Amino acid sequence: MAINETIPGSHIIETFPGGEIVLAKSEEVMKWAKGSSLWPLTFGLSCCAIEMMATGASHFDIDRLGSGVFRGSPRQCDLMIIAGTVCVKMGDCLKKLYEQMPEPKYVIAMGNCAIGGGLFYYDSYSVVKGVEKLGVPVDLYVSGCPPRPEDLLHGIMKLQEKIKNAKQRVLPKDKE
Amino acid sequence: MQNSECFQKIKNKFPDISIEEQPNGLVIPKASLLEVAVFLKNEISFENCHCVTAVDRKDKMELVYLLYSTPNHFMLTLKTFVALDDLTVETVSGLWRSADWLERETFDLFGIKFLNHPDLRRIMNPDNWTDFPLRKDFKMEGFIPRPQSPGLKG
Amino acid sequence: MGELMTINMGPQHPSTHGVLYLELKVDGEIVVDCKPHLGYLHRGIEKIAENRTYTQFIPYTDRLDYLASMNNNLCYCMAVEKLLNIAVPDRAQYLRVIVAELNRVISHLVAIGTFAQDLGAYATPLFYAFRDREKIVELFDSICGNRLTYNYVRIGGVSADIPAGTEQYIKDFIAYERKQLIDYNELLTYNVIFLARSKKIGILSKEVALNYSITGPMLRASGVKWDVRKDEPYGVYNKFDFDIPVGLNGDSWDRFKVKLEEIEQSLRIVEQAIGSIPEGNPVSKVNRVFRGTGEAYVRTENPRGELGFYLVAEGGVNPYRCKIRSPSFSNLGVLPELIRGLNISDAVCVLGSLDIVMGEIDR
Repeated sequence: MAINETIPGSHIIETFPGGEIVLAKSEEVMKWAKGSSLWPLTFGLSCCAIEMMATGASHFDIDRLGSGVFRGSPRQCDLMIIAGTVCVKMGDCLKKLYEQMPEPKYVIAMGNCAIGGGLFYYDSYSVVKGVEKLGVPVDLYVSGCPPRPEDLLHGIMKLQEKIKNAKQRVLPKDKE
Repeated sequence: MQNSECFQKIKNKFPDISIEEQPNGLVIPKASLLEVAVFLKNEISFENCHCVTAVDRKDKMELVYLLYSTPNHFMLTLKTFVALDDLTVETVSGLWRSADWLERETFDLFGIKFLNHPDLRRIMNPDNWTDFPLRKDFKMEGFIPRPQSPGLKG
Repeated sequence: MGELMTINMGPQHPSTHGVLYLELKVDGEIVVDCKPHLGYLHRGIEKIAENRTYTQFIPYTDRLDYLASMNNNLCYCMAVEKLLNIAVPDRAQYLRVIVAELNRVISHLVAIGTFAQDLGAYATPLFYAFRDREKIVELFDSICGNRLTYNYVRIGGVSADIPAGTEQYIKDFIAYERKQLIDYNELLTYNVIFLARSKKIGILSKEVALNYSITGPMLRASGVKWDVRKDEPYGVYNKFDFDIPVGLNGDSWDRFKVKLEEIEQSLRIVEQAIGSIPEGNPVSKVNRVFRGTGEAYVRTENPRGELGFYLVAEGGVNPYRCKIRSPSFSNLGVLPELIRGLNISDAVCVLGSLDIVMGEIDR
């Protein structure tokens, strides 16, 4: 690469004259890599799943954010987009799948039903009123019924920012 | 075909069953449900059991069968009443395989037991539930009823 | 025969089109028995209906079969109109037919795209289908404000008139889609791999289909020429000229082909409706809150089969009982019979060709 070209990630790396060596903090590079390659789990439950599929299709294209690879197995992904209504029977499966995902893992609650029961808050005997009631910690809420694909893309970009701004982990022996 | 024509045919075949002809359908006693169903399927070609459901009438349960006959282009609403202290009725899943899952759903939501059903267990709710949600006197912890708007008196 | 193994095609699975749990007993690769478990999306919509007014319940009908919201709204509104003898203006009847048939087109596109994805054509047909779907979904967005759950068809009419420029947009779309259908036929229908994977798989005979009360494209693929729009017309369907495609053998390929041909017939209906739509005010003028007594059952032809609403009214502002007869529920009942003796990969093919939506199975 030539010296004067702007290269992606130039906010976290420092170039040496000659252009062949770059220097960066490993934490920053790790966060950049983590945020730019969030692989989602195929966890579409109900109507919001169709909007998630539309986000993955060519008109809105979730792949340009790095998240285009939807995996079927929880062991291979790091983002769980809970799209749709969570019912009592499905709650156990959700917990199990969340525990099977390896760290670092993130959860997006997509749609009003996943956030707080949505349209089914009143008068429903079998809807879990929000994913957090199951004990799954949520990183990001995307509200809407269903949220537009642009909302989901905005949500994933916000999640990438959240990962980028996450505080560095302090190991016990570093503390005074 | 009309309701009254169907009613006449059943009355002619089973003269000693007390059939009532109401504007919304025919009401037959619970004990003669199976023989009337066999007659309807074989003689009048009601080959399609479109829907099986129940309505909670507070002092009794009303079972509704919606049967369709393609040659006659006629949808028959067949009703029967079940007393609350004896919630059992014969199954018709031997005649129409579509009634299999529909009767399981009615059992799950109302608690009506269908005798001689091949596999009567819950279909929608978890297996360890003991409640029947669609009854009018259903109460459950965590069930939040919608607050009544002051202008609407139900 | 060796020992049988139980495999869970669990609620979370890329090929089960929603949250369906199939418990398969397999001998090697061959499926010996299959037990479907439902209820993973059971939201209790029928109980909710008893505590909402008739108008407040319309958004819930959107969320039953979420790929065909206009058709669900239409069936429910027709049931309430039959119960209470409410008339619908002519322009609203034509608009209802137009949106219902366009919704049928996009629903079949998703079915075709996901069926091809299940068989291994991983992304291309799905992306083509969603590209065509975007055009109609944007149109619906401009008509009623939402992309998926429309709440457009109301009791006694529709919620708003179509904006200016809609008729030209629809005419352009019809011309565009007819060219795309040629593409789908060349890509998929007579493709050697597609034929080998879906011909003679999951054959459903006429007698079994009628006994299980199968309806919709699945029934027509088995050779029964039955469509509620032609045989018991509702609305203004009797004014339009269209054919009913029927399959020969009842295998998965026939179910796919019937859907592809139904898209063309729906485009014909929309073309005729747009050409002859009357003037007037289609907005519904019924009170938001009303009471009624009686019972009514109405069924309409949804993209997946016959949806029926059985309404019981006892004089209150809410319905006393609302039973939803869902087409996918009855269609799914025949699955254990169809996949006995097939490989697991063929079971995936049959399940894809059934075209079920769990939102309306579990309600």
